[in-house]
Amino acid sequence: MTQPLLQVQDLGKRFGGFVALEGVSLSVAPGERLGLIGPNGSGKSTFVNCLGGALARHDGVVVFGGRDLAGLPPYRRVRLGLARTFQLPRAFASLTVLENVEVPFRFLDPRGGPTSERAWRLLERVGLGRKARFRPRDLTQVDLRRLELARALACQPKLLLADETMAGLSHAEVDDILELLFRANADGVAVVMIEHIMRAVTTFSERLVVFVAGRAIADGPTQEILRRKDVEAAYLGE
Amino acid sequence: MTGASSFFFWRNGLALAFVCLVATAAALRAVHNDYAFFVGYVVFQYGALAIAWNILGGYAGFVNFGAEAFFAAGAYTTVALNKALALPILACVLAGACVGAALGLVMGSFTLRLRGVYFAIATLSLSVVLQTLVVNWSYVGGSSGAYLMRPKAIALFASYTEFLCLLMLAIAATAALIAAAIERSSVGAGLAAIRDDETAAAALGVPTLRLKLLAATTSGAIMGMAGAPLPFYNSYLNPDSAFAVGYTVNAMAMPLVGGTQSWLGPVLGALLLGSIQQFAVAFVSSSASLTLIGLVFMGFVALAPQGLLGLFRSLRAARAGP
Amino acid sequence: MNLDPVLILNACASGLLLGSFYAVAAAGLSVSFGLLDIVNIAHPALMVAAAFVISSIVGATALDPLLAALIVSPFFALFGAGLYRVYYFLFERRGDESIRGLAFFFGLMFLIEVSLLLLWGADQQWVSARYSSGVLSLGKVDFPLRMLVPSLCALATLAILFAFLKLTFIGRAVAAVAQDREALRLMGIDPVRVKTIAFALSVGLAALAGGALIVIQPVDSSSGQIFVGRLFAIVIMGGLGSLPGTVIAGLLFGVIEDLTATLLGPSWSPAVAFGLLLGFLALRPRGLLGAAT
Repeated sequence: MTQPLLQVQDLGKRFGGFVALEGVSLSVAPGERLGLIGPNGSGKSTFVNCLGGALARHDGVVVFGGRDLAGLPPYRRVRLGLARTFQLPRAFASLTVLENVEVPFRFLDPRGGPTSERAWRLLERVGLGRKARFRPRDLTQVDLRRLELARALACQPKLLLADETMAGLSHAEVDDILELLFRANADGVAVVMIEHIMRAVTTFSERLVVFVAGRAIADGPTQEILRRKDVEAAYLGE
Repeated sequence: MTGASSFFFWRNGLALAFVCLVATAAALRAVHNDYAFFVGYVVFQYGALAIAWNILGGYAGFVNFGAEAFFAAGAYTTVALNKALALPILACVLAGACVGAALGLVMGSFTLRLRGVYFAIATLSLSVVLQTLVVNWSYVGGSSGAYLMRPKAIALFASYTEFLCLLMLAIAATAALIAAAIERSSVGAGLAAIRDDETAAAALGVPTLRLKLLAATTSGAIMGMAGAPLPFYNSYLNPDSAFAVGYTVNAMAMPLVGGTQSWLGPVLGALLLGSIQQFAVAFVSSSASLTLIGLVFMGFVALAPQGLLGLFRSLRAARAGP
Repeated sequence: MNLDPVLILNACASGLLLGSFYAVAAAGLSVSFGLLDIVNIAHPALMVAAAFVISSIVGATALDPLLAALIVSPFFALFGAGLYRVYYFLFERRGDESIRGLAFFFGLMFLIEVSLLLLWGADQQWVSARYSSGVLSLGKVDFPLRMLVPSLCALATLAILFAFLKLTFIGRAVAAVAQDREALRLMGIDPVRVKTIAFALSVGLAALAGGALIVIQPVDSSSGQIFVGRLFAIVIMGGLGSLPGTVIAGLLFGVIEDLTATLLGPSWSPAVAFGLLLGFLALRPRGLLGAAT
């Protein structure tokens, strides 16, 4: 049994009196494809924010690559190989698409070669090669999602938290993003897909975790979980 | 910047700066008028202040409302060191840079962990507090001020005023070089990312706090340097003149009018607003001059947010066609 | 340091009086900064401008300054409404607030200061009310009336403000607009309208504070600058979005400042504001009663 890449134990987070997460434990193996589903407000985003470091104070332990992440600011976690995307794409408005993707290369791997070349190659792989000199405000929704993914992949992560990367996209666009995620996984990146689009999640994930009201109520192989009555009751997806 | 391009940048940048310095010096000497040196001193001083403000304000997006405090800190460092150790002016300039840097670092470590507005709010009080300290410190003259012995003349220069003017030009040129270096380097890219979206920047590996502190320290250092020669320029320094609100207004107005995206913006702003002010002070009054600056400032903030540089860029884009 | 207990008691008393002025001055800022997230640096300048206008009215009509403040305040509120609309049109609408918004209000503060200088000159403005020289003595503690009367009016104003925000529909909408614009919109209320009213309210409060100010002490065109740091420090100390917090912080602030002045000398007062601000930012940025992040 290989050492899990990510190990979450008893994660809990309260906002004043409101319990966003409670007693969440799960683990992710290197190269695994995990799907995270649950109704709105079930704590999925809070979970991502805790792992990414945006929410610094929480109960429980998060261990990544054998290292306890407690107290580490977000930029240090990325350095260890844990990257995330944001639900609403947060591109750097005053930089070009190319410059946007260069940022992680410059700060995480400055000696790996000329950053603009590496950024260019990555943009080509996600299909944004021709728009490298565009500004984010001139991009379509799906291109913004591609950019968001490209930036996260530029971090050369071992684990990618893909937070609702396909929300609001058309059927074909969902397929595009799905293909990008499959390719990233084929390159060895473990992916945790947080998504509402059931078709995408069930196609992509080897394993499924279900969140309801801040707790992880199910965790197992995708097909098994989908057959469970309590999952169906708690969360009727599309 | 990669190794090779970094070398070219520094070589070309320094060469260009040196050529400009010599050219300006020759032009000023040709005018053969001490008044030209006074005006030059003021404009170059504002240029340095504006470039410094822009490093934190324009590049990183953190507004400093207390530029006059950093500036005065440099000036009073000169007074104190000159009185204690009879330090020559160049050493005072370096000391002013150190004090300004320290002030920037301290302010930054208290406030830059939080949202940008908290840094801005903290700088609002900075001037009043430092002024209080100075007023209570009799060693530097308290509220009545301190006098400084100005050297009668100095080798190589027609007058001491000419020397001061060129010293300030050198300070401004240094500021421009530092700013240009930041722009081209990862520091500049990181600051731009922080300005556009700090959370996303942190999630992509940008060491946000470290870069913000670096910007605050650098900005403070240059402001301190710009203030250091002031006591020699006037032969006198008192809190009212050192902590004049005009320094803050100009330090903010010049980059916002000229354009915040590069060091050239503050320079343009300094040239434009500096000239307007010299004109207004000579022909109208000094309070009218500041009012004018305030109005121009508001006008640009409201209507031309990208400043003069932005206007030029739009003109070029429009002429290039659809 | 003179530790005479009577002196200290008197310092606390006058500190509370001063603190209630600070509280009402900061209350307007608590609405604009705490609830609307608008950093109105010109707030103290508007307060000083109101003080100038009030002193002129008092000079011309021999009206009581606090009464004059009540008359002047609605005009300032109207100005505030217009000011917000301009701000919204230029910045908020484009989502471009931060640095340019700050610069906008800074420029405004500066222009107000220069205008006051141009219109009234460099001399100090002051008023003499019927109670300006009276003193109420309760045992060993003296309450100068020129501070007591504005202080009581300030507290009354704050009480009315609380009632407004908790009990009236518009008041509750104002309190809610910070939390949930969407909810307001779903209820058919235009968030921009509510924000306009809220901002107008904050400027109206500044004008009322100006009335209190001119009774307590003379002002000149640059007086705004010494209050800017203090008032923002108070709002942050109290906790953003918490009006009770602001009031408590204002009172505390007045007492601490007065005690410092009495024990260490008046020239150290500005340092108090700064020190407290930095302390809170370093140790408890959410202030006394602010929400935890």
